[in-house]
Order: sequence, then structure tokens, then C-alpha cells
Amino acid sequence: MNRSQKQSRFAIAVLKGIAGFVVLILAFLIGYIFITGLPNINWRFLTAPAKAFSSGGGIGIQLFNSFYLLILAMLISLPIALGASIYLNEYAKDNWFTAMIRTSIEILSSLPSVVVGLFGFLLFVVHYKFGFSIISGALTLTIFNLPLLTRNIEESLATVPDDQRQGGLGLGLSKYETIIHIVVPAALPGIISGIILCSGRVFGEAAALIYTAGQSAPALDFGDWNPFNIDSPLSPLRPAETLAVHIWKINSEGIMPDLTKVSSGSAAVLVLAILIFNLSARYIGRKVFEKMTSMD
Amino acid sequence: MQLDANNHERFIYHFDPEENDIEMATKNLEIYYGKNLAMQNADIQFKKNTITALIGPSGSGKSTYLRSLNRMNDGVATVKGQILYEGVNINQPGIDVYEVRRRIGMVFQRPNPFAKSIYDNVTFALQRRGVHDKKILDEVVETTLKQAAVWDQVKDSLHKSAQSLSGGQAQRVCIARALAVKPDVLLLDEPASALDPVSTSKLEQTLRELKPNYTIIIVTHNMQQAARLSDYTVFFNLGEAIEYNKTRKIFTRPKIQLTDDYVSGNFG
Repeated sequence: MNRSQKQSRFAIAVLKGIAGFVVLILAFLIGYIFITGLPNINWRFLTAPAKAFSSGGGIGIQLFNSFYLLILAMLISLPIALGASIYLNEYAKDNWFTAMIRTSIEILSSLPSVVVGLFGFLLFVVHYKFGFSIISGALTLTIFNLPLLTRNIEESLATVPDDQRQGGLGLGLSKYETIIHIVVPAALPGIISGIILCSGRVFGEAAALIYTAGQSAPALDFGDWNPFNIDSPLSPLRPAETLAVHIWKINSEGIMPDLTKVSSGSAAVLVLAILIFNLSARYIGRKVFEKMTSMD
Repeated sequence: MQLDANNHERFIYHFDPEENDIEMATKNLEIYYGKNLAMQNADIQFKKNTITALIGPSGSGKSTYLRSLNRMNDGVATVKGQILYEGVNINQPGIDVYEVRRRIGMVFQRPNPFAKSIYDNVTFALQRRGVHDKKILDEVVETTLKQAAVWDQVKDSLHKSAQSLSGGQAQRVCIARALAVKPDVLLLDEPASALDPVSTSKLEQTLRELKPNYTIIIVTHNMQQAARLSDYTVFFNLGEAIEYNKTRKIFTRPKIQLTDDYVSGNFG
């Protein structure tokens, strides 16, 4: 073995070691969270309301709040992100205006989420008097989510080969028709993966929600699905502590006797949900792609 | 050899419009990318129901020329001069560019089926124009796929994705897709460059069968293909048409030395 071969083997070994170390950290974290948390999870824990002073509380409402906020935030941000990314990838010319939009998106995506949360607090909670509510939280999450989602969708659109656009125009379709009916469907697998990945980030977000969706989870009447009633689970004006905020809150000021159990159980549920989001993103994206390109 | 764009020999065959049915023609065409003149001196007439091949080295302007014929260069390049389609100048404001592209269809270098079923690929443009009658659409699918000589291979899988087809089949579905909007002219930009020899020869056969009903203009870098397939040939070099004549003459007795050099492989 000559010198450059030795050097190369050594370098590969070092790089493998580094990569292995990263995997090890992740495995340790997830392993620890699951080993301490999973034994506390049962159906009652997942569905019962939380208790502030006595043991035996669950995370039912928090879990529902997390999903409801996620869905609302996605419903608001998806059309905006789709519009922005279509504009940026398909229409925008390479000029200062486009550069400004891109820079804004980059800055927005690098803002600390606690800053976004405080901004949401001032704007939605205080100024517009939405109070600590689902709608304040969803709008704040939209600010947090928008740049990521926009970039994700834009990247998916950019992977659609240009000859698809040419093909549409060549058939006498307008540019708009071509984009909406040919380019976007072709980018769909990537867009779906992007949405699910962003969902994972939004689902686990705490800092942006502490001062916007609030830290309390009032009892809900799951028999009442009229969004205009304040007790209804669908009411956008009720405060809604999410799972991630719940973990932060009980660890900073919780006084229930089974604090550790609730906390580790909640953490395990949260991590499990995010893992499912991340793993399913690739799987679902691939399935959609296969469905669109395969013979059956 | 240094070429002066305006000071060398050219030979452009001219049809007498009294005796020939001219489907398309270009006059005083100048195509600019930004301020660069990429294409000029190409007063070519295309006779109805013939196949005309555009040949020439890379960068000679043949694709640029082809793409301007159905206004696909809009927003990409500035095209000056006249592009006549059935006697009407389509290179002027007020012309419905979408209608132009329906009448003058295009097939591209790489097969580009949409991420849709074969059926929807063929009928998509019609559906966008409001044709939803299943009977009409079914008929269009069968007719055009038969014209494109791919019906037998795909008739049992019309609702499967067109992107799962082989290159040759996909390209023929793309031809069917272009035929579905009932064009008169078919522009093909090196349609066989991504295909294997067997698919290429099938494609050429398909084009021959289309000839009685369509005016076909094909860019090719394959001179055997031009010789086998076309009735007329234009030789492009450095952004202008150097020689236009019957294909047989271009390949046996070219009038211009440059053409002779190119078709006999002594070029450059």
C-alpha cells in the first residue's frame, strides 16, 4: 500500500467515525427519550386532560391542540408558500426585486423562533386583540413556517425539467395553465415531502407558541364541534397549549406529583410524532412519485 | 476558414407560389439573443405536405430558427422579420400565439411526457380547451396514437403513466399529443437524438406516414437521417441558411462548397 492509499484510507476512516458519532448522538437521544417515556404512554395518557395538582393527568387536549394548530397553520401558509414559490421559480426575473425577496425569505427563516413568537404576541395577541388563542398561534406559526415551506416547494418546482414547460407551451397552453396543470403536478411528490417535513418542525415548535397560543389548555367539550363556541375543540379563539409547550411548562413550573412521568411521556409522544413525520415524508413522496410514473 | 456573414456564396431554392402550395415561409428573419444577432438570411419556403430537414453544425442557428416558427422563442429571443403561415405573418402583434402553436405543433429533443396517464397526455390540451366529451376524446386518442404508430403497444395501458414508457414509445406519444390539437405543421427538434437506432427508424417511418397530411420540418444532426427522410434540406452555418434545395441535390451535387464540405464530413 502506497502513501496516497494509506492517506485515503485514513481519511475515510475519520469521516466514517464522524458520521458514526452523529448517528450515535441521535440514537442515544432517541433511545433515552423512548426508554424513559414509552412505558408511561397508554391510551388513557394520550386522551385524558392534564391535571395541574394531582397525578394521573394525560395529554389529550395538548395532543389535539398540536394537530389542530398544525393543520390551521398549514392551511394558512400553504397557499401563500405555493404562490410565492411559483412566482419565484417560474416568473421572477433575475433582478434586484427577486434578490430582495430571496434575501427576505432567508432572513425570515433564520429568525430565532422566540423572536417570531414575541412578534406574534405583539401583533396578534396585543394589537389585534386575538388574545392567547389558536388563531394567534396559527398566524405566528405561519410566519415561522412560510420561508421553509416556500423554499421547499421552490426546490421541488426547480427539479421539474424545463422540457415539461416547453411541452405545455408547445401545445398552445398558456404559461399559467402549463405551470398549474403540468409543472405543479410533476413537482407534487417533492411538494408533499416538503409539507410533511415542515409539519414535523411546526409540530415540535414551542418558543413561537408560548406567548401566542398560550400555556393553558382549558377543558374542551368534544361533543361540540361548532367553531363559534368557545368550548368547542375547533374554536380558533380559545387558548391552546400544545404538546411541546406543555413539556416546557411542566418542566419549568409544573407541580404535579408525577411530573417526570408526564414530561417524559409527552417527550416520547412528541419525538415519535416527529419521527413519523420525517420517515413518512420520504415514503409518501416516493409512493406518489411511483404512482405517477409507474405502469400500475 | 473565417466567414464573413454577408459576403459568401449562398443558394436558396425558391418555389413559385403559383405552382406550389406554400405552407410556411420566412422573410428577412433576424433573431437576436439580447443584442447578439444569432440568426439571419434565411428566406425559406416550406412546401405543404413535405418533410424538410434543417441540418448544420451545433450553434449554426437551426434550432433557434425552428423554435421561432411557432413563436417558442417569445420571451427568449427577439425575432424580427416575417414568419408566414398560410400567407399570414404570424410574427406580429395581435396574433394569437396560442392558436399559432396549436396549428404549428412541436416535438422536442428529449421525450417529455407529462406526469399524467397516456390518455391524459394526449387529450390534455383538448380538455383545457373545454372538450370533455368522452366519445370525442376516446376517438382522438385512438386516431393520434395510431398515426404515431404506438397504439398497439399502449392501447391496453392508456390509463397508466406516460412517464413509464420507453424513450421511443414516449416520443411517439409526444407526437400523438402534438397531433391531438390538429396542427397543419409539425416541428421536430432533433426528435431521435435520445433514441436507439430501432426506435429511430420506427420514428422515421411514422413521419413518412404522416407526410401526406402534415408539413413536417425537422432539425437533425444526423445527416443520414436527413438524407433518408426529407424531401428538402436546409444547410445552416454560423447563423444563416447557406443552401436550400432538394435533399437529393444537397447530398449529391451541392451548389455551395461549404455544404459539400459539411455533408461529406470535411467540415472545420
